[in-house]
Amino acid sequence: MQVLYFAWMRERIGRGSEEIDPGTAATAMDVIDNLRQRGEGYAAAFEDISAIRVAIDQEMAELDAPIAGARELAFFPPVTGG
Amino acid sequence: MDGSAEIPAFSVSVQKDAFDIAAETRALTATNSDIGAVVSFTGLVRGSPDTVRAMELEHYPGMTERALSAIMDEARDRWPLDGARIIHRVGRLLPGEDIVLVLAASRHRRAAFEAAEFLMDYLKTKAPFWKREETPEGASWVDARESDDAALERWKSR
Repeated sequence: MQVLYFAWMRERIGRGSEEIDPGTAATAMDVIDNLRQRGEGYAAAFEDISAIRVAIDQEMAELDAPIAGARELAFFPPVTGG
Repeated sequence: MDGSAEIPAFSVSVQKDAFDIAAETRALTATNSDIGAVVSFTGLVRGSPDTVRAMELEHYPGMTERALSAIMDEARDRWPLDGARIIHRVGRLLPGEDIVLVLAASRHRRAAFEAAEFLMDYLKTKAPFWKREETPEGASWVDARESDDAALERWKSR
């Protein structure tokens, strides 16, 4: 599964994308819990859950949405376009 | 050559280049002579040497176009639009530069005014762009505003 990071999340983690094995993760929040363990940058990026949004296969989703079958996950702060 | 058959009545673009509002409006209205009203909104970079010297717009390639198209589809469901155009720039922009263009065209003005406002309200909360400001103190990411989320509320009962 491809995971993408944007804006300050990308900066804190130090990379814009990576391939991960979701393992037993069933929801986006499960993936976050796993990613947090990887190091300081990840922990810092995912520290404030209220500041995190997720897209599953390029559609906005809730953090408790199931990820089964998803090919691409993206984590980012609330959008600020326009 | 009659170009109107080749220009789509509804389209979105995400691009680095500047856009020409007059040319976009002409192209849109040329698609349909039943259009009696065109409303446009332009968003610009605000700033000065003491505040925001430049703005960097990041986006999610692929999802950005999809999200803008979905927002436009929703506007078409709600209002009788004859055409609409969204252009959103990305990359590094300077104060005074255009960031975003929304055009809404309809037979009569009410749909055009309301759809243009709706498109902007939805774009601001659902389209995957992120702004980073370059200030004298360094670069900082812009925070989302509660007022933008609140703006969505008034479209819910309509």
